[in-house]
Amino acid sequence: METALAVLVGIMVATGVYLMLTANLLRYLFGLILLSNAANLAIFATGRLTRAVPPLVPEGLQAPAEPVANALPQAMILTAIVIGFGLLAFTLALVVRCYRELGTLDANAMRLSEPPAADEEH
Amino acid sequence: MGWLLALPFLIPIVAGLLALMARGRVWLARAIGLLGCAALLLVTLGIFIVVARHGPVAAQMGSWPAPFGITLVADRLSAIMLLVTGVVGISVMVFGLADIDRRRERQGYQGFFQLLLAGVCGSFVTGDLFNLYVWFEVMLIASFALLVLGGERRQLDGGIKYVALNLVSTLLMLTAIGLVYGLTGTLNMAALHLAMSEVQQPAAINTLALLLIGAFGIKAALFPLFFWLPASYHVPPVAVTAVFAGLLTKVGVYALIRTFTLIFPADLALAHELLLGMALLTMLTGVLGAAAQYEFRRILAFHIISQIGFLVLGLALFSPLALGGCIFYMVHNIVAKTNLLLISGTARRMAGSFELAQIGGLYRASPLLATLFFIAAFSLAGFPPLSGFWAKLLLVIASLEQAAYWVVAVMLVTGALTLFSMSKIWAGAFWKSHPGDGPRLLHAFGAAERVQRLLPAVALVLVTLALGLFPQPMIAFSEAAAKELLNPAGYIDVVLAGRSR
Repeated sequence: METALAVLVGIMVATGVYLMLTANLLRYLFGLILLSNAANLAIFATGRLTRAVPPLVPEGLQAPAEPVANALPQAMILTAIVIGFGLLAFTLALVVRCYRELGTLDANAMRLSEPPAADEEH
Repeated sequence: MGWLLALPFLIPIVAGLLALMARGRVWLARAIGLLGCAALLLVTLGIFIVVARHGPVAAQMGSWPAPFGITLVADRLSAIMLLVTGVVGISVMVFGLADIDRRRERQGYQGFFQLLLAGVCGSFVTGDLFNLYVWFEVMLIASFALLVLGGERRQLDGGIKYVALNLVSTLLMLTAIGLVYGLTGTLNMAALHLAMSEVQQPAAINTLALLLIGAFGIKAALFPLFFWLPASYHVPPVAVTAVFAGLLTKVGVYALIRTFTLIFPADLALAHELLLGMALLTMLTGVLGAAAQYEFRRILAFHIISQIGFLVLGLALFSPLALGGCIFYMVHNIVAKTNLLLISGTARRMAGSFELAQIGGLYRASPLLATLFFIAAFSLAGFPPLSGFWAKLLLVIASLEQAAYWVVAVMLVTGALTLFSMSKIWAGAFWKSHPGDGPRLLHAFGAAERVQRLLPAVALVLVTLALGLFPQPMIAFSEAAAKELLNPAGYIDVVLAGRSR
């Protein structure tokens, strides 16, 4: 199970980075979303993966009888998902606004904040 | 004690939310913002006094004992960073009253400004790695909002680059945190110090170190991860640039110092060598980038990068003197850099532009402003007897102690080039005559605006002068803080209540 998740995370990171290497902002954002989910899955895997074992302690014992998944990474992922959702929603809104105002999503064409020097243009 | 440590982020959060709700009534939002900043300054001063007297203090939130709950902890480094944040917060707040236009204030400037301070202060007091991530996000989202508030085309262009690259940093940090937890089973920084020294997997530790250098290196604008900074720092109103320049990159440096002194074992040669190389290249590229600029604010923005190199250099050398120098440098740099940006804002208001070719005559128009700039700029370049001189001197002595002569050479070259850029601004903005019909005089502005623009600059210059003329108390404090960082037994004791061994 861990191996499968590790491979999945690898594929997601590879796809995400590939998308982020293009100059198109929307693709960059999609890459970022993949990367963000890959990070969450990686954390999920660190908390031990078990198949439907409830974290209950049988009577008379001090610890669960068989290994159970750690709940803390899952709680952290929930926090990270919420934060990530907020940030990515903001970024999407910003990308849309950029497209409307600047008329392009090509990062190479966005030179307003750092205009090329005059002699560079020709 | 617990409440006192929570106040540095509770006050700005409450003030920020109230100010956001009151944003339609500008005077009310301003009053809330001012009150919040004043209260923050008092609280940080209180924490600073307590910590300077009694050493590190800690509080467990919700009475969950460490390492199970979220711990707040302030040692000397946190305390001085909090105090500087309080000073910068109120200075920029007052300056913003004159600098920020009504439209941006109605869109919620005051509220986002407070939330930014909350994120910064939270990062400085937390003793938990995941909590640090959360505060980083609070800071980040507030900075996004401040950067694009107003929605000018230039702002959107710079803003999208800032957002895109900083999100990568948070993802690296989140991944690293997950792996740290998988490796050690804890995220409490003090408990991590103990747990990490027992991990027998150098490859895993090195991977984590590199991930965190990547994450905090982007935040701190280290070479070669700094490209978001020159793209974005000069697009928002100058008050926003000033608070970003003073605090945001420094939080990245703080996080680097915290992780590499407290969490990772002290003999992590790979990370220290990497940090040293990055620091030197950061110093040089930053200062060379600045030399190529001809705009007042962009020169200053590029210089932030160069100064970050000095700070990380102090961490990379990893001796008590070097870390002490780094802390002294950080305090000096935050004050001087924020002030230079505030002065640049007033200079633009008077002369009409940031382009050095289009302005001039400011020395004649306002000798006071010129003097303020002169002191702050020469302090930044490291002229005796100003504060930057002592900061650089400590780092130079620390490098000489380790026989790192080429490090000293890079530092001195950077210092000389800093002086070149500062002289360029001096000559272009203050000394030569104005190409048009001369800058507007300060008297042309209302009395309130004059006070709001000049009072913070004068106060910050006084801090710079005090640090320069009476450096001994601050040097002693920095060295005590550095010793505390290199021998964190006291820190761990207060957090884990004596369970350190």
